[in-house]
Amino acid sequence: MSRTTRYILLGFFTALFIFPIMWVFLSSLKPQSELFSFPLSILPNEPTLNNYFSAFREGDFLLYFKNSMFVAVTATLITVLINTMAGYALSKFIFKGRDIIFYVMIATLMIPLQVIMVPIFILLKNLGMLNSLWGIIIPPAATPTGIFLARQYILTIPNSLIEAARIDGGGEFFIFHSIILPLATPIIATITIFSFMWRWNDFLWPFIVISTQKYMTVQLALANFVGQYQINWASLLAMTMISMVPMIVVFLLFQRYFVRGLTAGGVKF
Amino acid sequence: MKKIKTHGTFEQTLTPLLFLAPNMLIFTVFIILPAVFGLRMAFYEWSILGDAHFIGIDNFRMLLQDQMFWRTLSNTVVYVVSVVPLTIVASLGLSLIAARQIPGIGTFRAFYYLPTMLSYVIVGIAWRWILGDDLGIVNYLLTSAGAVKVHWLTKSSMAMASLVFVTVWNRTGYFMMMFIGGLTAIPDTYYEAAKIDGVSRFQMFRHITLPLLRPTVLVVGVLSTIEAFKAFELIFVMTGGGPGYSTKFLVQNIYQIAFEEDRMGYGASMSIVLLIIIGAFAFFQFFMNRKEYSNE
Repeated sequence: MSRTTRYILLGFFTALFIFPIMWVFLSSLKPQSELFSFPLSILPNEPTLNNYFSAFREGDFLLYFKNSMFVAVTATLITVLINTMAGYALSKFIFKGRDIIFYVMIATLMIPLQVIMVPIFILLKNLGMLNSLWGIIIPPAATPTGIFLARQYILTIPNSLIEAARIDGGGEFFIFHSIILPLATPIIATITIFSFMWRWNDFLWPFIVISTQKYMTVQLALANFVGQYQINWASLLAMTMISMVPMIVVFLLFQRYFVRGLTAGGVKF
Repeated sequence: MKKIKTHGTFEQTLTPLLFLAPNMLIFTVFIILPAVFGLRMAFYEWSILGDAHFIGIDNFRMLLQDQMFWRTLSNTVVYVVSVVPLTIVASLGLSLIAARQIPGIGTFRAFYYLPTMLSYVIVGIAWRWILGDDLGIVNYLLTSAGAVKVHWLTKSSMAMASLVFVTVWNRTGYFMMMFIGGLTAIPDTYYEAAKIDGVSRFQMFRHITLPLLRPTVLVVGVLSTIEAFKAFELIFVMTGGGPGYSTKFLVQNIYQIAFEEDRMGYGASMSIVLLIIIGAFAFFQFFMNRKEYSNE
């Protein structure tokens, strides 16, 4: 394949992959009247941000945005902390049952939420965690893939560093905090990004746990909008664009860490 | 088997268990416990509003007679067997184009996996807007070119095809990255030797690339199969399971039975079927990766 052919193909597929997003973006800049008039205009004739303003006025979108942000940030902090802790325990200690614990944790990948949503609902109801943001944050906070990634990475940290700290009388939590965490920064970045992405995008957990408007997340609110008999496309398209912003920012800032996670194989998050 | 004590690794029990405690607690309470509880529920007539009665295997007997269950199961299977091969072909094909290190390739790849970072809800909304009967741009272009409108999401056969297409569109970039990983691992010398022997490009692909990519094909196949069996969000947003029941899948059926009809026990018994299907594929994947999970 010549280089020119390659670039032409690459360009064609780029168009195919970004067209839907571009089209939603262009549409979101059109006033209601233009959105529904024929012939369709490709570029907005009179670009306006009105849809964005009405998106925020309508149906507490700002509240949903805040809920989503709270869930994604808090859950990611918890996930990163407990997954690195587990990764450290599984890579730098020898103890009875270590391998079994590791296998069982990885094996939980076989039980996705889709197959336990019925009992989970009853469990969360009994624990009083339905209709609370903590009900979405805590239950999926431990991720097998995160533990796996953390363990594999921490294995590569030289034992001599840990040993030196032990000789100096450093406690285990001191070692974790001041040796493991700083040295594991790249993998922490990867886990952070994937966890944030998964939490921000997640629909099924909130769908099962949340039924009051007060605790709705962005994804839940968007899906509700689509479910209405008369879809208000003008606001909906603007909301869709707004809800992509955190993902796109994270993506642009941390692109190189994505690749590590993507190629890790079988990433659940 | 007694492990050899490696340099600097300490034989301790309490400390690592403390470090593991939060994860173990969450896994036990929110995965293992509900899984066991769900198994039990499958043998009960169980509702949130009423009492629970033990009914033995009646739920499973009912499943055999339940036309909606078979309908959603077969819809799901049709979706899976369409999505999986297409995803493999699309992501492998794209990786062949994007694997070569040429200037700007990083940016192209980034565009390809951008869709995989968006939520199914967003993807669903975007495509529903594009594929709309009257207002969608695809139908607009078709009619402008003198063709007739296609009911992409409002005609049974087309709705399934559209969902398959959007799923493949959405997941291709992700699996492409795995294939690029696999392709980069193939030593250049193989191709150079083949070139000297005057082997054609196609034969190189057929006899070098494909056999060496077999493990990646398997992983991608298994992962996309599991994903497709779990499918719910995209369908929920794009078609809601319609028109009629033509795109209603297992997960949506379980959700409706359990939460809308309050037949929790029956829903749990359907979940067991899904668990067996997903569990089988996941176990296979686990088995393939066992080398990575075993020791350093």
